Amino acid sequence: MAEHKKDPIMSVEQVTKIFSSGVFFRSYTTAVQDVSFKMYPGTVLSLIGESGSGKTTMGRMILKLLRPTAGKIYFHGRDIATIRGKAERREYYRRVQGIFQDPFSSFNPLFRVDRVFDQIYDVFFPELPAAERQARTREALLKVHLHPERTLAHFPHQLSGGQLQRLLIARALLLDVEILVADELISMLDASTRMGILNLLVDICRSTGMSVLFITHDLALGYYISDYTMIMHRGRLVEQGATHEVYHNPVHPYTRMLFRSVPDIGRRWDPKERFIPEQVSREIEEFYSANRGRGLVQVSPNHAVLMSLD
Amino acid sequence: MAAKGFWKRHENLYFAVTNKKVIFGVVVFLAIVALAIFGPLFTPYGYEEFAGPGYRPPSKEHWFGTTIMGRDVFTQVVYGLRSTLLVGFLAGTIASAVGLVVGFVSGFFSGRAPDEGLMMLTNMFMVLPSLALLIILSAYLPYRGIVTQSLIVAATAWPWTARAVRSQTLSLKSQEFVNLSRISAAPVFRIIREDIAANMFSYVFMVYILQFNGTILSSVGLEFLGLGPTRGISLGLVMQNAVNWNALHLGMWWWTIIPGLILTLLIVSLYFINTGLDEVFNPRLREL
Repeated sequence: MAEHKKDPIMSVEQVTKIFSSGVFFRSYTTAVQDVSFKMYPGTVLSLIGESGSGKTTMGRMILKLLRPTAGKIYFHGRDIATIRGKAERREYYRRVQGIFQDPFSSFNPLFRVDRVFDQIYDVFFPELPAAERQARTREALLKVHLHPERTLAHFPHQLSGGQLQRLLIARALLLDVEILVADELISMLDASTRMGILNLLVDICRSTGMSVLFITHDLALGYYISDYTMIMHRGRLVEQGATHEVYHNPVHPYTRMLFRSVPDIGRRWDPKERFIPEQVSREIEEFYSANRGRGLVQVSPNHAVLMSLD
Repeated sequence: MAAKGFWKRHENLYFAVTNKKVIFGVVVFLAIVALAIFGPLFTPYGYEEFAGPGYRPPSKEHWFGTTIMGRDVFTQVVYGLRSTLLVGFLAGTIASAVGLVVGFVSGFFSGRAPDEGLMMLTNMFMVLPSLALLIILSAYLPYRGIVTQSLIVAATAWPWTARAVRSQTLSLKSQEFVNLSRISAAPVFRIIREDIAANMFSYVFMVYILQFNGTILSSVGLEFLGLGPTRGISLGLVMQNAVNWNALHLGMWWWTIIPGLILTLLIVSLYFINTGLDEVFNPRLREL
């Protein structure tokens, strides 16, 4: 799609994930279906979609926490399903890191928060002396606007969600990461720190060539930060392309609905205006049947839309 | 400062030995265990032996008085305590072990065949009216020793542990910190030890104490109904005899109150250890 001189760091090819549950009455849930995209160095991709659309599942598959039911994920040309064993996994996670959605459950409540840093040092830099570890941790904390004395040596329940989330960001900064899966990264941060963190992230991207998969449901944030945007709906990528093209020329009815539902500053809710989500799913159906047989269509060199499901 | 480093490394131990509830519970519990172990050394009689004139309140010769038949209550209590503690230990261990294994396996394979099967079994045991089952089982077996009794009590005690451990395993499985350790490429044994076992351990410890407690109470209950061991003595049997001989109506408080009091103290001490350890293991409860 996008013409890039460099090779992609990661390419996701037709990945599908189906969850099954129950023994006597087996039920299947398709979380992710036929998703393909590529991640290039130094870019931010945002994956936008409603709750339950499968964006978190996609991130987890990249982090090797879930195994795809079908399809392959390649990291520097290597199928990540074949990465096994201690040394290989260590090498993979040195380059591919994630920040989870829920900062409260990301910390083991029995240990002080420093443990997440210690784990990194113990695994990746075991020979680093304690003083150097401390210095690096402090540096990373200051980068995410955290006060080392007020956060280190505390228990997770003593800190706020925003502080915990920034600790996790600082943790990821300790490694020279090539791919960062940031799931609802700044959901717990207030508006003022939010911008600082986003700018920091973009700076790191530009300077080190890190690529970020920014999973969010916030369109404004997606536009602010990302070079490339992917819209996910019910497990499928319905529209993807360069951010400005997707935002200025949305084609898929779901994407259009998303943009319509963004509240503007200065516009108040109009009680006469009706907004019915069912109407959107009908619109999508009509859209698919009107474009039967077209599948994924490249509407411009940097912009692809899922026109029909067949 | 080697000592300071030691406490820093074993924080939980430090909080355990400084927690007032734990100290109180452990002291009382150890005193009762000591009574069971060393008590028989202080008495010249056997628990079935005629020790002196009956119907005597506590005195220098008979610390806890004598029964209507002239047996020494102190002797009966200390020997009875031994078998009661033994039943609690055996039955508590069996019930916790079965409950833990069933609960952990079932939680680990949640939603799959082993889980469905084990939970069906657990639910079946759960809806069984345990007292009725205990009465039937006990009545069916003509000779009952301590081990038999432990098995009977344990058979009805394990299901709730299995349920509780299963839900604990389920909630641990969905915690992100396990995933965070995984993407930190942490060694598997370290994840199991620090993320799963450590969060499980406190729970398991509590479960064990509660089972110990519960099985002692239900075995005493069985003995009180006359379904205890056919031979030997236990706290429940002492109390059953007291009731059979109308001790309370005859004003022989020492025969009923003292064994009951010791049993209550035992249960309370375990309860204190339990709530105290809860504060030790859970940093959230530690703050003042």
